[in-house]
Amino acid sequence: MAIPEPQFDELYRDLILEHYRRPRNRGRLAEATVHAEGANPVCGDEVSLDLRLEDGRIAEAAFEGQGCSISQASASMLTEHVAGRTVAEARALAHAFEQMLVAGAAPARELGDLEAFQGVARFPIRVKCAMLGWKVLEEALANAADQGGES
Amino acid sequence: MTLDTARIRVDFPILRRLVNGRPLVYLDNAATTQKPQCVIDALVRYYTTMNANVHRGIHTLAVEATEAYEGVREKVARFIGADGYGQVVFTRNATEALNLVARSWGEANLREGDEVVLTIMEHHSNIVPWQLVARRTGARLRYVDIRDDGTLDLDQLRQLVGTRTKVISLTHASNVLGTINPIADVAELARRQGAILVVDGAQSAPHLPIDVRSLGCDFFAFSAHKMLGPTGVGVLWARPGLLETMEPFLGGGEMISVVRPDESSWADVPHKFEAGTPNIADVIAFGAAIDYLSALGMANVRAHERELTAYALDRLASLPQVRIFGPMDPDLRGGVVAFSVEDVHPHDVATIVDQFGVAIRAGHHCAQLLARRLGVPATNRASFYLYNESREVDVLVDALKEAIEVFGRGDSRAAVR
Repeated sequence: MAIPEPQFDELYRDLILEHYRRPRNRGRLAEATVHAEGANPVCGDEVSLDLRLEDGRIAEAAFEGQGCSISQASASMLTEHVAGRTVAEARALAHAFEQMLVAGAAPARELGDLEAFQGVARFPIRVKCAMLGWKVLEEALANAADQGGES
Repeated sequence: MTLDTARIRVDFPILRRLVNGRPLVYLDNAATTQKPQCVIDALVRYYTTMNANVHRGIHTLAVEATEAYEGVREKVARFIGADGYGQVVFTRNATEALNLVARSWGEANLREGDEVVLTIMEHHSNIVPWQLVARRTGARLRYVDIRDDGTLDLDQLRQLVGTRTKVISLTHASNVLGTINPIADVAELARRQGAILVVDGAQSAPHLPIDVRSLGCDFFAFSAHKMLGPTGVGVLWARPGLLETMEPFLGGGEMISVVRPDESSWADVPHKFEAGTPNIADVIAFGAAIDYLSALGMANVRAHERELTAYALDRLASLPQVRIFGPMDPDLRGGVVAFSVEDVHPHDVATIVDQFGVAIRAGHHCAQLLARRLGVPATNRASFYLYNESREVDVLVDALKEAIEVFGRGDSRAAVR
């Protein structure tokens, strides 16, 4: 019987490793209007997110955190993808990302190169790593809504 | 090798299964060990032929079940050198045993200003119960640090222990560093100060010959499932006279003598501490695990693991990207090796080696104080047992090379190194 080849190439796509090594928008925003943070207590992954909202649109996003390649690359790519989107669009993006990972849905077109995370769906224990930044995003947007017209 | 692992492995059906298409290389024994067929059979045999509640029936099955259950208590006592000396209480696990001590002994004996001395290498199960009792009594927790080589800082321990010290509670063997602590030395210190000594034996009873008399401790706690037995059984051993003075931990059936509307009197020890129907089937199957270990001989188990650990330390140290935590001298440590891989997060390492059938742990290993002290949020941990072989260390090392390769892929920094 042939020994199957290990299946992690699908998980560790080059784009993911590249963002892990050279995270984009890492740091704090001096003019952030909303902040949120989250952690996976079991594995210790941490992500915090700063957003600058302007007229219902995410003008800028930055993150800080520590953890595995999946959690950190996901947060890095998140900051690129939400910048310039309206709050409603960002929420829809988070929903599409979750559908791809949790429900195994084919990647929606708006996800663009976030489809690199599709392989994570086959590793149920790692799905929460990929979702961490997006859960923090949802919390940040909820915080912004609570703050009302300030943003 | 001291043990005939080829023969031993036949007794463990799970070791025949494939994981991701490859033979299972199970190196997560500090979390829980696999079970030999004789333990599985003992469970089935109990339910098939003997099932009855213990200590309250007159009928034949109840008598047989009670004799089997109490027989394991004697077997456990002999296994830890406590035959006829002190008491063995069955709990759910080592965690519950430590909670029992902290609650029942601690609440009766600790006052405001008293001190409980712990170490930085404790598992959360030997920290949180003391935090709870400290909050209720006003006692204070003090922590002994490790030296840079991962051994316990005995000099600091000697300084910390003083007239306020009422309890010293520490692990016999670290579940992260592997460090085996010099319990007899600590016992001497505790005795001089009149403090009690509680030993968490969860990582030592499965791997080392244990003699509670020569250790000189007052309480010794461990878990069946980390030593070939089923989950759901823990042991608390107590020095003679201690349990008799303590209040019950839980109330209910089994632990009473006479119940009246407003107060009751307690059963004799150890049953005073075993409220409700105990985990009869798993205790009886634990007896089969102890028989298996005794037949191999714990000195042989230790010698085998020492040899395997020395080999693993050597092989892992040959990878320049790997950093090993804990003492490098295999005489000072058990078969637990925590390590990190440069530029590869422990969860990524664990996912990649799993694809090669290798089961290791990644995380803080329920020892967050130690992880903080080591300055790492998480580590990888390979931990061995009597059925592991040096070729399995080779499989791990080859899989680690793969992880390093995957994470170095397309990395320009790696290319210029």
